[in-house]
Amino acid sequence: MSTNVADSQTSTPAAQSRPEPNATTAPADGLAPASDGFTWKRKHLLGLEDLSAEEIMHILHTAESFQEVSTRSIKKVPALRGRVVVNLFFEDSTRTRMSFTLAAQRLSADVLEFNTRVSSVSKGESLRDTVRNIEAMGVDTFIIRHPAGGAPEHITRCTDCHVINAGDGQHEHPTQGHIDIFTIRERNGRLEGLNVVIVGDIAHSRVARSNFWGLTRLGAKVTFVGPTTLVPRAFEQLGARVSHDLDAALKDADVVNMLRIQRERMTSQVFPSTEEYVRLFGLTRERMKKAKPDLLVMHPGPINRGVELASDVADGPQSSILRQVSNGLAIRMAVLFLLNQTSNGTG
Amino acid sequence: MSRASTSQIILDAGQISQTIDQLAGEIADSLPAGVPTAVIGIRRRGEVLAGRLITALGRHGMNGIRHGSLDITLYRDDLAELGPQAVLRKTEIDFDINGMYIILVDDVLYTGRSARAAMDALVDLGRPKAIRLAVLVERPGRELPIQADFVGARVPRQDVPVTVLLTESDQIEEVRVG
Repeated sequence: MSTNVADSQTSTPAAQSRPEPNATTAPADGLAPASDGFTWKRKHLLGLEDLSAEEIMHILHTAESFQEVSTRSIKKVPALRGRVVVNLFFEDSTRTRMSFTLAAQRLSADVLEFNTRVSSVSKGESLRDTVRNIEAMGVDTFIIRHPAGGAPEHITRCTDCHVINAGDGQHEHPTQGHIDIFTIRERNGRLEGLNVVIVGDIAHSRVARSNFWGLTRLGAKVTFVGPTTLVPRAFEQLGARVSHDLDAALKDADVVNMLRIQRERMTSQVFPSTEEYVRLFGLTRERMKKAKPDLLVMHPGPINRGVELASDVADGPQSSILRQVSNGLAIRMAVLFLLNQTSNGTG
Repeated sequence: MSRASTSQIILDAGQISQTIDQLAGEIADSLPAGVPTAVIGIRRRGEVLAGRLITALGRHGMNGIRHGSLDITLYRDDLAELGPQAVLRKTEIDFDINGMYIILVDDVLYTGRSARAAMDALVDLGRPKAIRLAVLVERPGRELPIQADFVGARVPRQDVPVTVLLTESDQIEEVRVG
């Protein structure tokens, strides 16, 4: 790793709150104050582990309002006009990056793309220097994906800008977590008491962690399923159920979230053969016969068809895969909007 | 300064109801024949008033008027100053506003900035034939060249705030000054 990431062992609160705005900003023309009485204060979104149930729900409610914008013929609102959002991706990503870009554009923000392959990072610039140089151009928000867990939190200490974690190592992928929770709630109308089964390489999955923190906080029960080498028992200490038997776990499941199997791990020693994985942990129509008839099938994409998910299941009526992608836009608009309403250093 | 000691009720529940009926009468007289009409309220109290206006318009023989709700949070020019207080709500206009005659409804007209934001939000949704502005209370202090077409009550003083409270949103029904 050429980039310099401070360890995130010290669990300082990630979010920084600002003092209450003074009373002179009282709404004119009768704009109603929030009846729910909740005030968003976080400047950054680093993960779901630190978020309260209220904060998660506030993002979901705000996203519901943004869904309408995407149904218009002019899919654009002026809320972030003049703000600059930077996509700072140190790991390959197509859909997350496109989704953030489109979300920012629908809010009328300008978007800068930072490509590590052609950047000075390949010349050995430190993460801190990269961020501070871009910040000096007058930007407001960094969206960062990085192979090292804790990199986004490290960036919050180098900049006055807002920081959104778009996936850091095996730590968290908070917008994906919100998307999945939003999609479940949209379909089931509630989260409390639901049984959510997450299947795959749990040990290395940031999506699994973000889902776990958020779902648990909102009262759902999470079961991690996969081979013993990829689903450590240690997760039980956090309050998750751990199982190595998908059929058993599916019996009382309301939702199954099939994580993508990383090809590079398929050849490693911790991984069974692909055939064995499909037989034990692949979701097929046959396997779903033993589950609830309204089981919701999710996948954060991109799918390995025929590995974790059979093609007819992925395209079937219980699949919410494309709905997750659509909801992703609303969630990312909500997050960009909420963070940018709090104090920003360059504004 | 304590608001309770100096504030004064200028419209009670009965007077609010009368005022809405009078507004509906004026609006009914002005509606062009043969043009589809919608009453669109600015969230949140304008939305409540829009619903009541449509009911009152029905009593004046005007039926088939569409009802919409507009959230203007994303269009406000003071978004940055509002800070983390602004709460986004849904815009619910499930019809095509192109060519429609639109009555935009708000509780109070003061600076005119909400009305400006609402017009920007509306034209992003389509091209109405005309937009008219109806408010329950008008108060001096315009910062933009905007005037209401239909006014329920006028407060002559600029230096006192006006508060509209409606049962649906506030559990009380009154208009206060001061």
